[in-house]
Amino acid sequence: MSVAHMSEHEREEIETHEQRALGFWLYLMGDAVIFALLFATYAIMIPGTAGGPTGKQLFDLNNAALETVLLLVSSMTFGFASLQVKAGNRGAVLAWLAITFLLGTGFVFLEVREFAGMIAKGAGPDRSGFLSAFFTLVGTHGVHVTMGLIWIVVLGAQVAFKGLTMPVASRLNRLGLFWHFLDIAWIGIFSIVYLPGLL
Amino acid sequence: MEHPETGHGLRSYVIGFVLAVILSAVPFWLVYTHALPPQRTLLVIGIAAVLQVLVHLRFFLHINFTTTPRENVLALVFTGILLFIMVGGSFWIMFDLHSRMLL
Repeated sequence: MSVAHMSEHEREEIETHEQRALGFWLYLMGDAVIFALLFATYAIMIPGTAGGPTGKQLFDLNNAALETVLLLVSSMTFGFASLQVKAGNRGAVLAWLAITFLLGTGFVFLEVREFAGMIAKGAGPDRSGFLSAFFTLVGTHGVHVTMGLIWIVVLGAQVAFKGLTMPVASRLNRLGLFWHFLDIAWIGIFSIVYLPGLL
Repeated sequence: MEHPETGHGLRSYVIGFVLAVILSAVPFWLVYTHALPPQRTLLVIGIAAVLQVLVHLRFFLHINFTTTPRENVLALVFTGILLFIMVGGSFWIMFDLHSRMLL
């Protein structure tokens, strides 16, 4: 389909989607600022354990490694879904979205289990400044991933019922930006929280 | 659609994934094995993280300087500057405070 053959209406629609893509990109940049400041807060609070447990005593390297794998693979499977959107292959889009959803759910499950275990050990966010910063930073990321999972379900339903129309494809594109962005935030978390904490 | 996809294809995601796996595996492996002294390991973790962020931007988010709209690149660079000021400034103030309070 070349530009010359498009109707005025189609061209307008494409323009709207491009504007929305930019708007969503600006939102992500704002989100990046939030995460960066939470990272800075965390880094400053690392020594503030108030006599409580340190990261070394609390963090589990295997758990962090597994979470990293789940999120990274889910980023790739979402990429495969995006490719199938371009190919117009509805069934394959749904299949890759489902796989991405399962991987993301696995990630959230591991994180919730980690949090629950820490709180059960008396190392909840109220124990020390260090733990407040930890739960705020990692929890904010976890909430983002959870929102992403809900979004995947909503768009999966739209793909199933409405098909790969231009608005649905455009929404999937923005969800893709969001999902890949969360994986980038996770790089920061394992590189600043877990790995240095367990060194 | 228009011209053939430049770097948006399957290859892009697979290359990005392989690079990301390597850049994650190296720092994790160093922490697992304690193969290097802590200072060096920290350095490697930092470098691998920066490289991996760039890999993700390039291969997953497809940011480049030719097809990405200029506004998006501009917003990204502006965010980078903001982060430098805010995060750098926070560290400056807090560590200065730390040494003045003789903590």
